[in-house]
Amino acid sequence: MIALLIRDLRLAMRAGGGFGLGLAFFLIVVVLVPFAVGPQSSLLSTIAPGVLWLGALLACLLSLDRILALDWEDGSLDLLAVSPLPLEAVVSLKALAHWLTTGLPLVLAAPVLAVLLNMPSEGYEPLIMSLLLGTPALSVIGTFGAALTVGLKRGGLLLSLLVLPLYVPTLIFGAEAARRGMVGLEITVPMLMLGGITCGAIALLPFASAAVLRVNLR
Amino acid sequence: MSLIVRDMAIARGGVPVLQGVSFDVQPGQALVLRGPNGIGKTTLLRCVAGLQPVLSGQVNTDADRLAYVAHADGIKSVLSVAENLSFWAQIFGRSDISAALEAYQLTALADRPAGLLSAGQKRRLGLARLLVTGRQLWIMDEPTVSLDGEAVHMFASAIRMHLSGGGSALLATHIDLGLAEAHVLDLAPYRATTMAGDAFDEAFL
Repeated sequence: MIALLIRDLRLAMRAGGGFGLGLAFFLIVVVLVPFAVGPQSSLLSTIAPGVLWLGALLACLLSLDRILALDWEDGSLDLLAVSPLPLEAVVSLKALAHWLTTGLPLVLAAPVLAVLLNMPSEGYEPLIMSLLLGTPALSVIGTFGAALTVGLKRGGLLLSLLVLPLYVPTLIFGAEAARRGMVGLEITVPMLMLGGITCGAIALLPFASAAVLRVNLR
Repeated sequence: MSLIVRDMAIARGGVPVLQGVSFDVQPGQALVLRGPNGIGKTTLLRCVAGLQPVLSGQVNTDADRLAYVAHADGIKSVLSVAENLSFWAQIFGRSDISAALEAYQLTALADRPAGLLSAGQKRRLGLARLLVTGRQLWIMDEPTVSLDGEAVHMFASAIRMHLSGGGSALLATHIDLGLAEAHVLDLAPYRATTMAGDAFDEAFL
């Protein structure tokens, strides 16, 4: 099982693997925000948690169609389906590899970019916590979307349309936790909700992803 | 392990293509499927491999003892030949790839990125994957496409070795491999005549 994870990480790191693309996109989105809303530092710090969460979510979305489509194109997905590895494990490992190459770098970059948006320093910890807790759900839900659209030519846009509504709860509670943390309010409730959504997604969605993948491979 | 297929009917995209197909593949045997393009050879092999359900009939096999080679080789072009092969070896719980590299004369190419291989060399890598799986039943879809005469010879001897070790093989091919011991099944008489709909797809049609 670890072999699949290592292969996916290695593929992401090598030429054309797309590692860092999401991170660069995140950086550019956050840098563009002050140009769009103006340089008032009070306004920027008010919207900082929401902008950082939305940027991270869109950056995550950008690399979703690579999770399964590349393996489908070169035939590896058929061969993996016939291998001793259950498809549930395959999709879980793919989601984990996506999180390690996309979600985790976003979490680490977020406090650096928060400086650009004039976010108060007491908000950094809740921001990192909420992203750390929420981004795994983005990868797992995204893998489900990728499994749904795997056989479609140029299914990237459809994938975004399917996945974005499913991201809504994660975005609401994630951004809310980061915002409340920044202004010094209690963050337990949104954090618990966020953690619940992530745990639920990790527990249930691999089975759904594997089921739709089996149908799509027919 | 023997593969037993009885009265199998299969469909591609909801359209029945073959019906009433029955055959056995015992350990040590190879069965070559023949038939014109579009008769349903690939669909039949996918059904036996368990990727696709059959319309009716029985396929008795052990999914844990078969290995499948499709038209596409599943090769990652940025990984080297050895990395590609050892990935599949690990997936099947094994580690030794030197014998497989040797059998298809890929040892000299082991460190080369698979994207730089020629079509025939890629195919040899795809076939070498079978050797690292350690599975008993090989299911192969047009395994000799883009292979030259010498590589076809390597492939035939790999099959012969596999059969003599108690393995079995089911393959669809148009060329003569020179395997005197292989049985041949012509699929043309089994072309489907009735329009039996697939209950799963009906909900979407």
